[in-house]
Amino acid sequence: MKLRKLADVLAAPLLAILFSLVVTGIILAAFGANIFEVFSRMFDYGTSTRSLTLITNTATTYYLSAVAVAIGFKMNIFNIGVNGQYRLAAMTAGAVAGWVIMPGPLSAIVAILVAMLVGAIWAGIAAWLKVVRGISEVISTIMLNYLAIGVISYAIVQTGIGTEIKLNVRGTPKIQEGARLAGYALIDPKVKIYGFFFIAIAVGIIYWVVLNRTRFGYDLRASGLSPSAATASGVNSKRMIVYSMLASGAIAGLVGLPDLLGKEFSYTLNFPANYGFTGIAVALLGRNNPIGIAFGALLWAFLDISSQILDLEGVPREIVTIMQGVIVLSVVVAYELVRRNRVRTQQQNVGKALASATTNEGSK
Amino acid sequence: MSDAQNAVELIGIWKRFPGVIANSNVNLKVARGTVHAIVGENGAGKSTLMKILYGMQKADEGQILVSGNEQVFNSPSDAIDVGIGMVHQHFMLADNLSVLENIILGSEIKKGFRLDVSGAKKKISEIAKKYGLELPLDEFVSEFGVGDRQRIEILKVLYRGANVLILDEPTAVLVPHEVDELFKALNDLKAEGITIIFISHKLDEVLTIADEITVIRTGSTVGTVNPKTQKVTAEDLAEMMVGSELPTPATSESTVTDKVVLNVKDLTVVAHGGKEIVNHVNFKIHAGEILGIAGVEGNGQAELLDALLGIEKSTGTVQFMDQDISNWSTRKRRESGIAYIPEDRQRQALLLDAPLWENRMLGHQTLPPNSKGFWLTPRAAKADTNRIVSEYDVRTPSIDVYASALSGGNQQKLIVGREMSGEPKLLIAAHPTRGVDVGAQAAIWDHLRAARAAGLAVLLISADLDELIGLSDSLKVILRGKFVADADPATVTPQQLGNAMTGAGAAA
Repeated sequence: MKLRKLADVLAAPLLAILFSLVVTGIILAAFGANIFEVFSRMFDYGTSTRSLTLITNTATTYYLSAVAVAIGFKMNIFNIGVNGQYRLAAMTAGAVAGWVIMPGPLSAIVAILVAMLVGAIWAGIAAWLKVVRGISEVISTIMLNYLAIGVISYAIVQTGIGTEIKLNVRGTPKIQEGARLAGYALIDPKVKIYGFFFIAIAVGIIYWVVLNRTRFGYDLRASGLSPSAATASGVNSKRMIVYSMLASGAIAGLVGLPDLLGKEFSYTLNFPANYGFTGIAVALLGRNNPIGIAFGALLWAFLDISSQILDLEGVPREIVTIMQGVIVLSVVVAYELVRRNRVRTQQQNVGKALASATTNEGSK
Repeated sequence: MSDAQNAVELIGIWKRFPGVIANSNVNLKVARGTVHAIVGENGAGKSTLMKILYGMQKADEGQILVSGNEQVFNSPSDAIDVGIGMVHQHFMLADNLSVLENIILGSEIKKGFRLDVSGAKKKISEIAKKYGLELPLDEFVSEFGVGDRQRIEILKVLYRGANVLILDEPTAVLVPHEVDELFKALNDLKAEGITIIFISHKLDEVLTIADEITVIRTGSTVGTVNPKTQKVTAEDLAEMMVGSELPTPATSESTVTDKVVLNVKDLTVVAHGGKEIVNHVNFKIHAGEILGIAGVEGNGQAELLDALLGIEKSTGTVQFMDQDISNWSTRKRRESGIAYIPEDRQRQALLLDAPLWENRMLGHQTLPPNSKGFWLTPRAAKADTNRIVSEYDVRTPSIDVYASALSGGNQQKLIVGREMSGEPKLLIAAHPTRGVDVGAQAAIWDHLRAARAAGLAVLLISADLDELIGLSDSLKVILRGKFVADADPATVTPQQLGNAMTGAGAAA
């Protein structure tokens, strides 16, 4: 039974990955590349200690982004605004940690709290609009992404928040050594694993516990499974929208911090910009499950990092983008197929277990 | 095997959906050139059956014979090919096309690459003349009222060569004089040899128009009557629709106390359009009392219950255990001891894609054994789910299966068991035994009676009039959102109650 359950969980993503390998294989063949050569070079490059470290770091960011999206998904809210939320949050946190001189560890903690607060506020605007004016969060969060870009550019270029940190590069001041979470050289002697890696693990655990072991998590899941049943059970749906959006935004606020506190140390206009959309894909891939998301994030990061070798092979590395796209599309289809199959087998099992009882009832 | 006299014959049709059996062993014979009515309550399975006959859904088991030949329909076009057409309750017409264009849409006659408009027009005019359905073909559909639109729909189906017409609740949208016109048109069609299957739950209309009437109850055909040769009244049909062969809940001695548990004053629920769905309602329920509310479905019962739970906005006051709870949230009401068995269990009482033990928590997630403060207590909740499963005879292999895997009756038993847990002071219940088998029904009645003896106050709504009369200590009749009559359950008969429900006469 346990084994069967595991097979159920793994079937869909494995099928999707296999399918995307086939599709990319066909495309590679059409380019005249040697498929197995390409895949094996990617694998070799992607499993070097340096690459593994980079993959872990990238996955840390993707993981946080996907958890932020998954919180919304769990109650059928689509937070497309992670991009705006994390960038605004990272900029503010960078400014606070850069300008305000505090003892190192305190500075890091303050930066984290500020980032979560800013992310929550930015997402909260969308929640407020939805609850009070009935505006779809899909629309408002996209709009807020653009607003965030404008606010950030203005703050960094036009106000005293930004300063010239390199020639012709404006950004928040470099964060002092003691306040950084640069991490530890665990796998590769030269590259460090972000300190935020451990925070991301903690976020995953908290996410699971809150969702599955608290009343709040139950209300959240019930609202997603059946809004009408949740309302009848006493869930205040408007309040739930606000809470979940705030939680999603708070986690989204963390998305920029692994890079900010681990590598960049300053928020510039070149700060990585599109982690939010990757988060959506990874959340879909991991079915909003904390462990599933972890695998999804690692896979995504592996493809991103290992594809860097492709240019040397004379293969356009955009092939990996195609692969990622095919994975997401096919995983959505595969999950639905697996879900239907599970419902059918469950009904058959119930029917089998109660064969005599159900015929009595049916013939009534 | 079967005679070709029958335009349509259905043999042993079964159709199951997750959690519900929509049709079980339906048998139906429709003679050629007759109007055959199919009546049944909302949710009895009429629409599903017609969708099967029209090829929109596939039966799990059973045969469809058309003129004596077995047919398998994979889509409505297969049904049209053998002459079966359907006029839907909601018209499917394009407003900004002419009548002619609407009729030929999807089955155009072509002349080379061009539409043969004049040929189509000629054909339609002939059909219209033959069946007395003449309409100005070049006018836009937007110019026409509901009655004429229905005639366009009928014409559309005839144009496709149908000789069996399925009409789904055709009178629901019509005013009385349009109904008369429709019936006249149907008689003309019948005279020309067209067979009509007429779905309705308006019994007086059915008695006027139908040559034969088949009654469907809980997904099965319970009988066919011929109003032209047999003496059949609307009450007879109603009895067949509701059914009264179930074990009568024996009336036990009264346990009513003088302690008022629920005191409702001037409760009003206003719908979106400004109509008062629940209209200035007053009542009291005492500890140990079951107050039954009789009424045809859709007369404000569902809204009344939702208002008492705080799900629906309402005006007026609701007092519960001497406290004014009018402004309380749903959660606070449930925590204070109001249990709820809603009318639509799949929509309001279950998380279909969640295991049974999580469904045990629904509506009680803030109370033991489901949670302790901020934290859920899954272990205690699972143990209690097992108790409900055995006490209420929920037939399931385990409490980890999803609620969607259970049959409707077993889902209902789980819900009743859940709501009776934790010693509620007031139970608000709609159709507590709908869809459950006879044995479990008696068990649920026993649980209700025991709780009533222990001081539970119950507001009971049921379409099963015997259940309502048998269990209730007092009865009220609701019609268009108002209480129109009181009845004494000791003396009232289902017939009298049925009359009062439709506004035909006062109850005893």
